[in-house]
Amino acid sequence: MDKIINREALVGELNKKFGQCAEIFEDNTNQSIKVKPDKLVDIMLELRDNPNYDFKVLMNLNSVDYPENFTVVYHLNSLTHLHKLTVKVELDKADPQVPSITSVWKAANVQEREAYDLMGIVFTGHPNLKRILLVDEFVGHPLRKDFKLQA
Amino acid sequence: MLKTQELTLNLGPHHPSTHGVFRCVLNLEGEYIQKAVNHLGYLHRGIEKLAESRTYTQFIPYNGRLDYVAGMLNEWTYVHAVEKLMGITEEIPERAQYIRVILGELQRLASHAIYIASMALDVAGATAWFYGFRDRDEILDLLEMVSGQRLMPNYMRIGGVAADLPEGFIEKCQALIDEFPNRIAEQEGILIGNEIFQARVKNVGPISKEMALDYGLTGPNLRASGVDTDLRRDEPYGIYDRFDFKVPVGEKGDTFDRVLVRIEEMKESVKIVKKALRDIPEGPVMAKVPKVIKPPVGEVYSRIENAKGHLGFHIVSDGSTKPYRLRIYSPCFVNIGIFPEMAKGIHLMDAVVALASLDIVLGEIDR
Repeated sequence: MDKIINREALVGELNKKFGQCAEIFEDNTNQSIKVKPDKLVDIMLELRDNPNYDFKVLMNLNSVDYPENFTVVYHLNSLTHLHKLTVKVELDKADPQVPSITSVWKAANVQEREAYDLMGIVFTGHPNLKRILLVDEFVGHPLRKDFKLQA
Repeated sequence: MLKTQELTLNLGPHHPSTHGVFRCVLNLEGEYIQKAVNHLGYLHRGIEKLAESRTYTQFIPYNGRLDYVAGMLNEWTYVHAVEKLMGITEEIPERAQYIRVILGELQRLASHAIYIASMALDVAGATAWFYGFRDRDEILDLLEMVSGQRLMPNYMRIGGVAADLPEGFIEKCQALIDEFPNRIAEQEGILIGNEIFQARVKNVGPISKEMALDYGLTGPNLRASGVDTDLRRDEPYGIYDRFDFKVPVGEKGDTFDRVLVRIEEMKESVKIVKKALRDIPEGPVMAKVPKVIKPPVGEVYSRIENAKGHLGFHIVSDGSTKPYRLRIYSPCFVNIGIFPEMAKGIHLMDAVVALASLDIVLGEIDR
């Protein structure tokens, strides 16, 4: 099983440093925290550079269309401590906007473009937010649940 | 009056050295690249969307269509993720675990054989190409024996594997594995020791450790840059904790290191298969799983060491028979993101080599 970081301590530290911005997110994995979108870049920088966390690797960047919101999911990994953390950001259904973290990990560049392309999440501050897999003229975002499949 | 002019060149999508339908627009100053822009998506089939309308079992064959030179490993990643979501990773029978390791490592050998072969062809070394494809073909014969398919096996199942090994497989596999070190030595002799090859690949497209981590490289490409990491050793899944193998690590992270790391990895894979063939027990190959797979509500992110890097599946389940959301983290998709950075300022013919050294497969990039 994955090695899990002490979330209570982590959330406490983050809240102390950046104001009320993080909370524990209860799910079956026991490794998720939820953060506020406006503090995302600061939190990610802290998670990457603080040697206690040392999350040098962005393992995965995903977006999920839940009935109540869009959730962007960041899976982080530390090569030294081997622990994992899932950072979740919940976004408004009508206007899904989240700051881009390309300044933290360049690996996010293509993955954010993909999430924009297929799910319609807008990553503010992204250097080149264009469709990546679909053609530029494509209308809609196929991975949304309201997208109609047709053969 | 003499004047120079910047030239825009389309590399691909139908160009043999892009290894698929990858297109890159290059801005050239003379023969030196000023800027490279990736254009992806020519092979996009919407597999992530398709998964939402397929049951968990029905999705298994789609995995072979991702990285089509390492189908067995993709399927393993997927079934492992579902097993983790269902909490049955401990219940997989021993024999199935060994079969997965044997076939997975054979598939890794096949994938790396293709890598070395196509790398050789990209620097105009046709002999090594035929050697590589000969070796791969014999491995594919073995995969065909067990699954009936050469490229897209559809052999892994949630809870084990589809069928037991056929009669004569162990002997045939043993014979090939005993012979394989000679094959690798042959490749090493004709390619690695070759002065022309070295001149073409040494110091081409170097990636530093920091840059590799920043761009999210995984697998052999990351190890070539000097990061000592391997999921099979650091976070063993399946039964990898029973195997003892070295993790080859490069120094400079140039194209030559990326080739060397893969050659060394092939030697380690041979060792793993050898031990697995010796230890494989008798017994069932399927755990007792329900006919209809219905994982509990929740999510899982699971990845394994694929031939190209860490292939990951993020599955969100709403408790029904179909995944609510299935995300495929494709190592090639993220690895190719570093190519514009690598290509900057280098010679056009070196860029082709640098691209080949990243080991991309378009089926997985575009999904």
